[in-house]
Amino acid sequence: MDLDDQTLILRAAEEHGRDGLIVVLGQPDSDSAELAAETVSKGDPTYAGPLAGVSLGLPVYHILEDVVREQVDPARYEAEVGLMEITLDKDSITAGLDRVRNAP
Amino acid sequence: MNLKGRKVIALGERDGIPGPAIAAVVETAGAEVVLTLTQCYV
Repeated sequence: MDLDDQTLILRAAEEHGRDGLIVVLGQPDSDSAELAAETVSKGDPTYAGPLAGVSLGLPVYHILEDVVREQVDPARYEAEVGLMEITLDKDSITAGLDRVRNAP
Repeated sequence: MNLKGRKVIALGERDGIPGPAIAAVVETAGAEVVLTLTQCYV
């Protein structure tokens, strides 16, 4: 993940607190989603950025996951996400996030 | 997980769903978006 983005995420977590703060992803595949999820929950796995060794522990979801979709306005979801929903592999992305969420 | 009242970091990607699109969607559920990012890998 871009080092500047890591800085902004770290700053947001410090400013708003980790309690009640979640991350919603929009990555196009399971590899990139898994990498982003690991970075914001367990720390930068490449040890290159400000989140290296920083376990923010933020809950992570993807915009395609049912737990998100069932809570939002369907028309707005269709307008903003509908086209990409058709082309992306939701099951693969969800499986990638589950690997991060269920890791010890 | 309940979005209503939660603070959200919308971490999108240019080749997937951009941050502003994620933010617009989760706000309809009552979430407060505190940071919107769109990653870009070229």
